[in-house]
Amino acid sequence: MTDADLAPTVQMPAVQAATATGTHGLETRAVSAWFGERKVLDRVSLTMPAGQVTALIGPSGCGKSTYLRLLNRMHEMVRGAGLAGEVLLDGDDVYAPGRLPASVRRRIGMVFQRPNPFPAMSIYDNVASGLKLAGIKVTHQERDELVETSLVRAGLWTEVRDRLKTPGGALSGGQQQRLCIARSLAVSPDVLLMDEPCSALDPTSTRRVEETIELLRGRLTIVIVTHNMQQAQRVSQRCAFFLASHDTPGRVVESGPTEQLFDSPRDERTSDYVNGRFG
Amino acid sequence: MATTTSQAPVESGAEPRPEAPAPAAPERRIRVGGLTGPGVASLLGALGGSLALTWLLYERILPLSGGQGFLLAWFLLFNALYFLVGRTQWDPRTARENSVRALAVSAGALVVTMIGFQIGFVAWKGWDAAHHQNFYTQDMEHSGALSPLDSGGAFDAIVGTLEQLGLATLFSVPLGIATAVYLSEVGGRAARAVRTVVEAMTALPSIVAGLFVLGVVILTLGLQKSGFAASLALSVMMMPIITRAAEVVLRLVPGTLREASYALGSSHWRTVWTVVLPTARRGLVTAVLLGMARGVGETSPVLLTSGFTSHTNWNPFSDHQVSLPLYIWNYVRQPYPYMVARGFAAAMALMGIVLLLFVTARLLGGRTTKEGTR
Repeated sequence: MTDADLAPTVQMPAVQAATATGTHGLETRAVSAWFGERKVLDRVSLTMPAGQVTALIGPSGCGKSTYLRLLNRMHEMVRGAGLAGEVLLDGDDVYAPGRLPASVRRRIGMVFQRPNPFPAMSIYDNVASGLKLAGIKVTHQERDELVETSLVRAGLWTEVRDRLKTPGGALSGGQQQRLCIARSLAVSPDVLLMDEPCSALDPTSTRRVEETIELLRGRLTIVIVTHNMQQAQRVSQRCAFFLASHDTPGRVVESGPTEQLFDSPRDERTSDYVNGRFG
Repeated sequence: MATTTSQAPVESGAEPRPEAPAPAAPERRIRVGGLTGPGVASLLGALGGSLALTWLLYERILPLSGGQGFLLAWFLLFNALYFLVGRTQWDPRTARENSVRALAVSAGALVVTMIGFQIGFVAWKGWDAAHHQNFYTQDMEHSGALSPLDSGGAFDAIVGTLEQLGLATLFSVPLGIATAVYLSEVGGRAARAVRTVVEAMTALPSIVAGLFVLGVVILTLGLQKSGFAASLALSVMMMPIITRAAEVVLRLVPGTLREASYALGSSHWRTVWTVVLPTARRGLVTAVLLGMARGVGETSPVLLTSGFTSHTNWNPFSDHQVSLPLYIWNYVRQPYPYMVARGFAAAMALMGIVLLLFVTARLLGGRTTKEGTR
């Protein structure tokens, strides 16, 4: 396949003059997590600056996904899950008493490993579903516009504009994943968490999703878990390397700007991992 | 590449071309499996041989006779014979494979045959009464045991069945589905107890449901016997069936969809209402159908709580109201041929109503989700 085949068919919209104003940063302080009695994360402190893409890398089972899921309070829905520490969105603790999980999740959206559009809904309804689910009232016209902008931002608009009423499940895997991104964007979150969003996709679709991330940068704070080193290098500005050895819970070995982590890692284990010597 | 083309070398950026020119003749497809001459011959041979053997054994040698027993013996003999025939020509694995396939297919055929036999029998016995139009428009108020078949009918029972089933569905569907939502979406320790009770209730003998309503609603609370009381008894029968079936289909809704909904900032109950229930809609329709199928054929609860009458009662809230199963039960045991014919005709009408309900519910419930993915 040549470069010409992979050229983006999506026209970048005029709204792309991204500014970092109005975006919101995320920070964790000494966050630990348990499943039952098993500790899976040990005092992770990270800063995810506003408007930037932060990649979480590390071998399987090192707690990256768990860490991601506790940022928007999805972790607590697992039976027996426990946690300690602080997760700060704009300096406010997400786990403060009296703070509703639903209101946190509205501001911190999530895209999952496997595309999961709602099968009983059309493409249009899938994108608009967040409004209904989060109880946001809008007029018909506003909703139409919102669906269009969300699909444009997710890089899917030109492919589906003529069949918005067809079921979302009829799309290809990569399109479904971008539909899920559009769905998350429709409720205008401040942060978007992505849990290995490309691991179920082919290279072309992966490229499309990466373009979408590139488009969203500056507008949103993005945290992405990935197993793909090249992907982490391509899309992220900051990077954190997680590692868990045999009986110890996962912890952050090293974090910082992506180039530094890949080009001049301070820790030997980081160097081994990013150069593919283990994991 | 092994292909040697005399054409100009293909440039790397150009359209990919077919590597070899397509052959002029259409390709011949390789047939894998499927029917072969000897295979069909063995099947037909086993079928014919076992039929002859069954006839000889069943009708001539053993002191037995009868339709269903004959079918069953034929089924068993055919499978034995087919395996033996296969064993003489194929290797053991193929013989076993074919034999199991024949067993599965013929078991299905046997069940279909028996059901067809039942429907045919009912239609044959009831046709005399069922082909008169008055059977569907008149009741038995002015027709006695010896009245000819062109007078009287089952209109009263059709009205009663539709009203009682309608009311019972109205009561049991919201309750049943709400309970299923509780069991699958809320859960917890108490849910386990509820599930056990619901499971036990699916096996509740219908006469007990009738007695319960008779004892509590009619004798204690003082309501009179009526179609409404019967529908309460039917609800007791239908609700656990609907709950069980609905819980199973709700559990089939992938957890990833619930997560997606929560990640959008949805509350628990909105997730259930907007995501879980619509996704499970087809299955929920099936659950409701199973419940209705259970309720529509019940006789004893209706007898106990509504009572028999021979005139049409449109009001389900007062006075006796007959339903089709009760009508059948009452007339088919009478020693008059016309009455027996009316009973069988009512059975046909009952099957017709069930068929109509199923088709309607399928059309209503199965519209949009066909292309959805699991």
